[in-house]
Amino acid sequence: MQTLELVKEKPSWADKKNTSISGSQAVLEALIAENVHTVFGYPGGAIMPIYDALFDYEDKLKHILVRHEQGGIHAAQGYARTSGEVGVVFATSGPGATNLVTGLADAQIDSTPVVAITGQVFAHLLGTDAFQETDVINITTPVTKWNYQVTDATEIPAVLAKAFYIARSGRPGPVLIDITKNAQIQKFDYNGYEPCNHIRSYRPTPIIRKEYVEEAAKLINAAEKPFVVFGQGVILGGAEKEFKTFIEKTGIPAAWTILGLSALETDHPLNVGMLGMHGNYGPNVLTNECDVLIAIGMRFDDRVTGRLDKYAKQAKVIHLDIDPAEIDKNVKATVPVWGDCKETLPMLTALVEKKEHNAWLQRFKDMMKEEQMLVIDHEMHPASDEMSMAEVIDALNDLTKGDAVIVTDVGQHQMVACRYAKFIKSKSNVTSGGLGTMGFALPAAIGAKYGAPDRTVVAIIGDGGFQMTLQELGTIMQFGAAVKIIILNNNFLGMVRQWQELFHSRRYSFVDIQSPDFVTIAKGYGVAGQSVNDRKDLKAALKEMLEHNGAYLLEVMVGKENNVFPMVPQGCSVAEIRLK
Amino acid sequence: MKQEYTITVYTENQIGLLNRIAIIFTRRKINIDSLNTSPSEVDSVHRFTIVINETEDVVRKLCRQIEKQVEVLKAYYNTNEEIVWQELAMYKVPTDVIAEKVKVERLLRQYGANAVVIRHDYTVFETSGHREEIDSLMKALEPYGLIEFVRSARVAIIKNSAGFHEKLKEFEAKDAGEKVIENVFLGKQEEVFTM
Ligand SMILES: Cc1ncc(C[n+]2csc(CCOP(=O)(O)OP(=O)(O)O)c2C)c(N)n1
Repeated sequence: MQTLELVKEKPSWADKKNTSISGSQAVLEALIAENVHTVFGYPGGAIMPIYDALFDYEDKLKHILVRHEQGGIHAAQGYARTSGEVGVVFATSGPGATNLVTGLADAQIDSTPVVAITGQVFAHLLGTDAFQETDVINITTPVTKWNYQVTDATEIPAVLAKAFYIARSGRPGPVLIDITKNAQIQKFDYNGYEPCNHIRSYRPTPIIRKEYVEEAAKLINAAEKPFVVFGQGVILGGAEKEFKTFIEKTGIPAAWTILGLSALETDHPLNVGMLGMHGNYGPNVLTNECDVLIAIGMRFDDRVTGRLDKYAKQAKVIHLDIDPAEIDKNVKATVPVWGDCKETLPMLTALVEKKEHNAWLQRFKDMMKEEQMLVIDHEMHPASDEMSMAEVIDALNDLTKGDAVIVTDVGQHQMVACRYAKFIKSKSNVTSGGLGTMGFALPAAIGAKYGAPDRTVVAIIGDGGFQMTLQELGTIMQFGAAVKIIILNNNFLGMVRQWQELFHSRRYSFVDIQSPDFVTIAKGYGVAGQSVNDRKDLKAALKEMLEHNGAYLLEVMVGKENNVFPMVPQGCSVAEIRLK
Repeated sequence: MKQEYTITVYTENQIGLLNRIAIIFTRRKINIDSLNTSPSEVDSVHRFTIVINETEDVVRKLCRQIEKQVEVLKAYYNTNEEIVWQELAMYKVPTDVIAEKVKVERLLRQYGANAVVIRHDYTVFETSGHREEIDSLMKALEPYGLIEFVRSARVAIIKNSAGFHEKLKEFEAKDAGEKVIENVFLGKQEEVFTM
């Protein structure tokens, strides 16, 4: 992979007050000042001045030319999720900008910090249906944390400073800046770049109410059967250590949402598994038995809660969240703990008693044993010759020892990967949780590799989802992103087929999807690969993939009609989770 | 129980914000009964007054979502008992009818309406008040050949608010939200939760 030797010298213009520079140069100066070294994007007429300026910044800013703007923004998301930094994507006006919409919506719902910069037609043409003019601001308003249209170059430094501040602070999210072509060309007196750290009307973190922390501690200390559910807030807050200290002191079993996955190592004795529709048996059932439910940086998504009117009704709920709008939104909190969990967790830890909840923890373990017997063992060691998705993940675990970044697409393979992949490090699981965007994984994996260049990045993708953004193999080819791709091919749009089997009397309406010869396609893009059909070849193939120098595509033919279990059927309570 | 709520939102004066706020309602399929936006008593701070018919739970959540917008300083919601409110209406009627029918004159007095324009062909009256008052004058004028009628959005003053100046200082303070403060509202959860 071509990596960028970072030039540590000061940005070229930042200190040169009263220099005349163009709006485009000001954009790039802002990126450098914000410590951005990799941007993803696709050029076009309305953003050409920025691309023109980029030509002179090659030593400071690495631009990855994707094959579709959707790929660009998913890559920026993948970058943000593994690096913890803001992902940046460029796109031109009109179709370029509208191609970002899916990714913006994805980043919005999964709280991913992204700054999207789009070109726009000349200001005097706005609103005239000019060539490639689209009302990008209005289209993206519902799917951005903030957006702004720049029509005058002098606004650029301050607006970009604001954009980065908003994207990364508080509950992170995507920001879109639309810049008219005249503003990109316009020269103005540049006075350096001032990062933003305050906006009058914006309060990224709510005021922590100490008394609520005390109240929460009281509830925890009195609890017989406390239960922690944790989400991505722990990772976004960089509070993995604080979180671990908290559960270890209190001895409380903890379960994760798919975005919280990897915040706590999988094998931690207090880690009791995955919540939600395809989560583990114990955490789902015992949600409806615990006496105090402590939700940390998670938002009670309906895929996690199942039927709300039957969700944890017996429990007192303590909800720690940075976004006040999340408190009481879906589940009523007995005690809200507003704030960044990086700050609130240590306050809470200081006030809780050291405890062990062995009998209670044992309940989780017993239920895990039951799940192991009824579900997991069969998944890991199928009786038939057909390979299961779970055994592929299991074999991968053996080889990576939980050290890889796993990027998943959307479908059965996603649920299986989230259930079985092991993690020893935070920021290792990249998936489209809230929006469930098929086509996410391949470009996100490219971004993830740039965000964590020293780590092994493995994308796990279905045969359906891969065909949504497979053109990004071209990006891999050109820039050498060493991404390992596993296609779990069941010759079906598996997840939809599973629902059709269970809820639509096996009426398999348009889920039988034909695939091309993926290995040949990869070869066409200069990416090595192979396809395995037989269990006995699996381990060796995975090993070859991981040891291969550079990108690699491994297609694994898996059982056509396997289902993901356990499952909380839609409209059911989490306690009604089905093991078959 | 659904009832009329008036939402008061203090914002920066920013293009596109109206849209951002409106989307919060349309996305949840909530109809806005009335919407007014104007400058406030504080320079550079705008004030939205939005009337909807909803349950308190929904209104509270809406206000949280509104406050989440970067350019929104604060969102309050109030019942009709908690505010002083007015709407303004104008009525255009044929002048000859007005001149001939004394009853109309009495009617106007009764409703405290004023003439804004008197021309030989028509006269425009205006009145302000609560919706029912405005509507009943319209009903009363209808038989006399009401040509045109228009009503403004609601404007409202919150009875027990001390203005926005103090709150604004808090917003302008650089370290807002950073320090830990003692909670004086413990045990008064309802009050803390209502904005
Ligand atoms: C863009 C998009 N379109 C449609 C869907 C609906 N959907 C969810 S899972 C799924 C099937 C995925 O099939 P495949 O990629 O083969 O993965 P599998 O479930 O077989 O592992 C579909 C169509 C979606 N999530 N995203």
